[in-house]
Amino acid sequence: MAGARGLALKRPSALPGFGLALGFTLTYLSLIVLIPLAALVLKSATLGFAGFWEIVTGARTLAALRLSFFTSLFAATVNAVFGTIIAWVLVRYQFPGRRLLDAFVDLPFALPTAVAGIALTALYAPNGWIGSWLAPLGIKIAYTPNGIAIALIFIGLPFVVRTVQPVLEEFDRELEEASATLGANRRQTVFRVMLPALLPAILTGFALALARAVGEYGSVIFIAGNLPFISEIAPLLIIIRLEEFGYAQAAAIGTAMLMISFGILLLVHLVQAWQRRRFGR
Amino acid sequence: MDARVLNEVNYPAAGDRGGTPAQWVRTVDVSAENVVRIFGTTPALHGVSLDIGAGELVALLGPSGSGKTTLLRILAGLDVPTSGRVLFDGEDALKLTVQERNVGLVFQNYALFRHMTVLENIGFGLRVRPRIRRPSRREIRRRALELLDFVQLTGLEKRYPSQLSGGQRQRVAFARALAIEPRLLLLDEPFGALDAKVRRELRRWLLEIHTKTGHTTVFVTHDQEEALELADRVVVMSEGRIEQIGTPDEIYDKPNSPFVYSFIGESSVLPVRVEQGKVWLDEHPLDLAAGAVPSGPARLFFRPHDVEVGNDLPGAIPGVVQGLRRHGGARRVDLEVGGRGDRVEIELPADYSLNLSGRVAVLPRRYRLYPATTQTNLS
Repeated sequence: MAGARGLALKRPSALPGFGLALGFTLTYLSLIVLIPLAALVLKSATLGFAGFWEIVTGARTLAALRLSFFTSLFAATVNAVFGTIIAWVLVRYQFPGRRLLDAFVDLPFALPTAVAGIALTALYAPNGWIGSWLAPLGIKIAYTPNGIAIALIFIGLPFVVRTVQPVLEEFDRELEEASATLGANRRQTVFRVMLPALLPAILTGFALALARAVGEYGSVIFIAGNLPFISEIAPLLIIIRLEEFGYAQAAAIGTAMLMISFGILLLVHLVQAWQRRRFGR
Repeated sequence: MDARVLNEVNYPAAGDRGGTPAQWVRTVDVSAENVVRIFGTTPALHGVSLDIGAGELVALLGPSGSGKTTLLRILAGLDVPTSGRVLFDGEDALKLTVQERNVGLVFQNYALFRHMTVLENIGFGLRVRPRIRRPSRREIRRRALELLDFVQLTGLEKRYPSQLSGGQRQRVAFARALAIEPRLLLLDEPFGALDAKVRRELRRWLLEIHTKTGHTTVFVTHDQEEALELADRVVVMSEGRIEQIGTPDEIYDKPNSPFVYSFIGESSVLPVRVEQGKVWLDEHPLDLAAGAVPSGPARLFFRPHDVEVGNDLPGAIPGVVQGLRRHGGARRVDLEVGGRGDRVEIELPADYSLNLSGRVAVLPRRYRLYPATTQTNLS
């Protein structure tokens, strides 16, 4: 076929290989992401809509979904705040051990999550180092939703730090200087000039941390206590259903999680797209 | 000095909430006394002293690394001198923080806040004021709109910086700096990021603004044309020192050093020798007076367009034409002079007939001689 009569999608470009690159991307995405997800949806479809709905709106499922998403949202929010502060400290200050601290941030990525879960449980259990201090105050962390939140904060932290850090490093010093010469004090400069500029990166980090938290299993099951209706997360419920050979039910819960997650991530992206449209890049 | 009345824009001074005839805030005179700035072990400024009168428009001109931006940042309060003093109206400005100095600073890359509209950008300096000095929201809006008119961007208040052209962004940056009623206006390469045509437009516009507002204004530039065209006085800097301070005429016509001569305008240089009050090119006496330049090797500087050309000029510089280039309404000629292959450039009317490899004699109408021991930083 003559080059001029190619796909309508294809426009003359200085970058060659569009067809090849797109083909590769689609094949790869299909193999890795789309086909497994489609299989999941198909499996849950064997229940029929009524069956699907019954499982998804079952009291235990709803409780698990609610727990999963609310603790994840909470953890991602906490990470958005403290991750930004950590990124700030790592970028803005020179101090001994800064690089070491910088390396620590990635540890939650590297550690097997089960190890993290066990370590956190040991710390926060009523007889653990931290838990034994909190127990007399009536605060229980391990074996409650609080423990789940702690685990999710732990595993989500690097996402926010690592997305905010490069943006902060690139942040134009002149903007801060302009703000200062216009009479803004430090607090005003941070809150009115810098944070709005960092917001897209913080949002991205938030979305990543959230996505990671929703799907987290390994660390949570050790610290959660896993009481149905109280501290049983949706991924655990899926495992329980699988062990009962309720494959379709497990797939249904998975599909529900998928849809909620997709909805949340879409929302985050829409907010970002709206910001980009307004401010340019 | 005089606080100038501004009729075009009804722009009240601080504290004046009414609609009475407005005036800009009193502007200051500025002195730098023996300002030294050392970064680590590298000196950026070696004891710079400078007096700027109220309402003056002064250019800091120099190549990169000459310390001009460092000096500007010290005036703004964004940098602190290692030693020396900075006075605004005779008062120690170093005791004031950046915020207290009340200096309008315009950056080369505008430094506009991308997440704010044009109007929000302009009003920023008023919005961040402490409550007692902060005008009402309505008043801030009114003043910002007024400034937007003043910088001739009426109607663009709802745009974001990303939706503006470079020239428009720079005007917004000006308006934002003017909004705080600055005592001093500092511009860091204000037109550096703009293309040539916009730059010329904005130069004229800046002159207008300066005439209307009368702010003491210091701007940094490496563009000598810009400095000579705009400034009341030009401060030529090199390697952390002031080489010369003077009006554009003084700087251009009486450069006090080879550096200033070669940095300002175009120049041709020829190594010569001074003996018995005469100027010699090799064994050839030139019809030029040596003045007070002592005997010994010297360097002859002249402007390419400031020459007389002929074939039978006595005591002229003989040369062989090596190249001819059209240069606007004139023609540039490269001449090889003397036995060592020295080259000079001269400018002739475009209709002057000359051939490649032809011989021609040149006599500078105006020139300066510097003893060869004087260092030039450019060459």
